[in-house]
Amino acid sequence: MSEETYRRPASGQHPPSRFDPYKSTPGRAPRLPAIVLPHSLSEITGPHLRDERLDAGESDLTRQRMGEPLGERIVVQGAVLDEDGNPVPDALVEIWQCNAAGRYHHPGDQHDAPLDPNFFGGGRARTDAMGRYRFVTIKPGAYPWRNHHNAWRPAHIHFSLFGQAFATRLITQMYFPNDPLLAFDPIYNAVPERARPRLQAAFDMDATQPDWALAYRFDIVLRGRAATPMDNA
Amino acid sequence: MNRGLTPSQTIGPFYFGTLVNGYRADLASSAVAGERVELAIALHDVDGAAIPDGLVEIWQANSHGRYNHPDDRRNLPLDNRFEGFGRASTDATGVARFGTVKPGRVPWPQGGLQASHINVSVFARGVLNRLATRLYFEGDPALSEDPVLRLVGPARRATLIARRDQAGAWQLPIHLGGAGETVFFDC
Repeated sequence: MSEETYRRPASGQHPPSRFDPYKSTPGRAPRLPAIVLPHSLSEITGPHLRDERLDAGESDLTRQRMGEPLGERIVVQGAVLDEDGNPVPDALVEIWQCNAAGRYHHPGDQHDAPLDPNFFGGGRARTDAMGRYRFVTIKPGAYPWRNHHNAWRPAHIHFSLFGQAFATRLITQMYFPNDPLLAFDPIYNAVPERARPRLQAAFDMDATQPDWALAYRFDIVLRGRAATPMDNA
Repeated sequence: MNRGLTPSQTIGPFYFGTLVNGYRADLASSAVAGERVELAIALHDVDGAAIPDGLVEIWQANSHGRYNHPDDRRNLPLDNRFEGFGRASTDATGVARFGTVKPGRVPWPQGGLQASHINVSVFARGVLNRLATRLYFEGDPALSEDPVLRLVGPARRATLIARRDQAGAWQLPIHLGGAGETVFFDC
């Protein structure tokens, strides 16, 4: 039987479970170390969601309502790759974000900023054979949160990816380059310093659309396969 | 070429719509073969309080023990009406509910079979990395020979084993920390 496993992340890639400046973490962080699980079929398989039918327009968050949302229209595109640079094709990418004023279309968000009836804030896309995806949306606003005095989240877009396996599941956040709020954000700064820049999209002049929209590139790297699969010899 | 992994971030409190719409917590229609089971997975913080803003995902083999995935190439029945993936938010009491079929046993790389189990992912505000755990079924005679449960100290194994409540649902409390902290896996 084939057992193609996935490489273990080296240290310094992901945030720790507990990062006290982000005040929700101490009450929700395991204290005991995770038990290292050898990879069986349970870990090297995972949902592909190939049958999940994406409606046309799910990747364009500016055309999901009657009119166009307020805000700066942007293209967000990139590739989903593994650590070896191989594209992850046919992969579902899910995003969600607040509106241009910094408010989510969510009953729990009571920030004193206007809702936009023309912006829902959720989108889905599937990667092509080269692992590429593309969304059209509006630039999300910054918003205050109650983590500490005068706490503001830098503008961000949430991303959810499955990759090929249960082992490669990832939820993350994309930030915008050189945002001055990044220096003060405990969620961003929970990531080890050298890995933080990977969460910043790059301004992508080549992908901008003249007279229409600016563009950002955000490549996402998921765990790669272990070096030598032991297949039916 | 060695590219740096994209770091994990919290799901936050305002996930919605895209993540929850379109995915039923019912994984198996009545046409899918297998023993129907109802799951009630309850999330608790380190103080034991309910987590009402969490998201739980499950991934499992079908009742024949085959995963609906190209890397499971064994010659066992595959039912394309059953993907084996479920996703549900927790309710105000911190519980995520699923209806599915009991998975069949799947092999262990070093030989033998694992006991019937469901793979579980937990996401929530304040959780910076996906928490991965498993759900096993109390009373399953295969529990004593399960290679993953053997990796876990006997005192903590019970945190992975769901028990049937009076209504017949399989209850699994997941404690993110504190007394009775659930076993999480680096998988």
